[in-house]
Amino acid sequence: MAGISREDVVHVARLARLDVTDDEVDRFTEQLAAVLEHAADVAALDTTGVPPTAHPLPLVNVLREDVPGPSLDRDEVLSMAPAVEDGQFRVPRIL
Amino acid sequence: MTALEIARDVRGGARSAREVVEEHLAAIAFREGELHAFNLVLADEARARADEVDRRVAAGEDPGPLAGVPVAVKDNLCTRAVPTTCSSRILDGWRPPYDATVVTRLREAGAVLVGKTNMDEFAMGSSTENSAFGPTRNPRDPSRVPGGSSGGSAAAVAAGFAAVALGSDTGGSIRQPAALCGVVGLKPTYGLVSRYGLVAFASSLDQIGPLGATVADAALALEVIAGHDPADSTSIPQPPPALAGVLSDGVDGLRIGIVRELMGGIDADVAARVAAAAAALEAAGAKVDEASVPALGLGLSAYYLIATAEASSNLARYDGVRYGLRVDGEDITAMYGATRAAGFGAEVKRRIMLGTYALSAGYYDAYYGQAQRVRTLVIRDFEAAYASYDLLLTPTTPSTAFLLGAKTDDPLAMYLSDVCTIPSNLAGHPAVSVPYGTGDDGLPVGVQLLAPALGEATMLRAAAVLEAAGS
Repeated sequence: MAGISREDVVHVARLARLDVTDDEVDRFTEQLAAVLEHAADVAALDTTGVPPTAHPLPLVNVLREDVPGPSLDRDEVLSMAPAVEDGQFRVPRIL
Repeated sequence: MTALEIARDVRGGARSAREVVEEHLAAIAFREGELHAFNLVLADEARARADEVDRRVAAGEDPGPLAGVPVAVKDNLCTRAVPTTCSSRILDGWRPPYDATVVTRLREAGAVLVGKTNMDEFAMGSSTENSAFGPTRNPRDPSRVPGGSSGGSAAAVAAGFAAVALGSDTGGSIRQPAALCGVVGLKPTYGLVSRYGLVAFASSLDQIGPLGATVADAALALEVIAGHDPADSTSIPQPPPALAGVLSDGVDGLRIGIVRELMGGIDADVAARVAAAAAALEAAGAKVDEASVPALGLGLSAYYLIATAEASSNLARYDGVRYGLRVDGEDITAMYGATRAAGFGAEVKRRIMLGTYALSAGYYDAYYGQAQRVRTLVIRDFEAAYASYDLLLTPTTPSTAFLLGAKTDDPLAMYLSDVCTIPSNLAGHPAVSVPYGTGDDGLPVGVQLLAPALGEATMLRAAAVLEAAGS
């Protein structure tokens, strides 16, 4: 497994919608490489025929009764938002 | 006083809940400035709540099994209209519009909430140094960390600020600080306690559990918070196990294995306490020998890939749109990037980056997929071990409490402090850390008992034996 590069770190930060400084890129490149090196034992393991486990419980869809119930109060929820207009969340330009 | 004694006295009218809460608030006033266990102390609310409990007792009602018991909850548990920060700047100013199910259950059992405890930001850390509001210090030695991420909860119990506290445990975040502060910390079976209102870190690993000064107090708190909740789709749809009645049942005839793979890299004084615990269990009638559970040695690496992958997805919700911090940008993408850069601390950023990388194209199968297969191996090896053993015994942590700052520049060294606690989260099994004497430095050592899913009762029987032998 090739090590993680500065370019990888910049790419991943963009995927994660996280602005990073040049210093952070340097630091993360070094630190993530150390953690990934430690994970090399996992990456190198022969797991042929071993199924992945996503969850400790056998999950099934859980549906509630289709009956209207109380939900969060809209004004209480909107009162926590950074910007609101006409009963909705207000955000900067998208396109 | 223990939670059991407080509840007994308050229910019986021997003491008032107000008197009890004043004692705890006095302890907080005396030492909180030094320790910083809390992000928020709810003194007025606690007094009002205690008075309400006392009115119910006076009216001949029973306020419940935690009547008048001062409790502290980790600041990643939602409390309606009361700030819930996860020790992060990104939730600055947020007051949840609902209570976590466990908070509701504590209240319905008569408990008195005294505060929200400090933690590593979004529960990511093992020392409570990753809090945006500054570290918590260990009540047993304030130059040392309390462990983490539920370090504030462990410190609050150890310092007598609360009789019991709730934490959350994704890779050891209840048990490791419990061990370092010298209290009991229990991670329940995945699904036994509702996660509704727990701010998510890694959803397939997170579980809420109690910390207490005694095994009986931890069991009492677990009985109150456990049980099915329709609001959590991973909540086990059956009644929780009864615990209080079994604590004195002993360990005669139980088969207990010391996990060989988790004894490497453990400080000699900690290993000696595990050996002493094994001898005590044997003296009480258990059959103890060495067990091999090979895949547990791979748990740490698998965990840090799975937990960060889930975290990178869960923390995508902090985008500056609906709550908390917003840093404006010229368009929405710029706003996201700037908000998250300003709102998250270094460790949270590091884990989001690692998790995003492990899930990204080209690396998904080598890292995340492999880690999920290792998770299967851990579960299989546990199953094989539990064919021969009722319980497993390990250290909780490789060392006693370390000095503040000792590991802050070396994330991998910090991660290694969770090596013994992580396997239970991968498997969804219960585990408990019990104080068992001190190390060469005089600081508390915790030993850990592991059980298969829903094995809390057997696990706590052994924990009670160790508690009696160690005191």
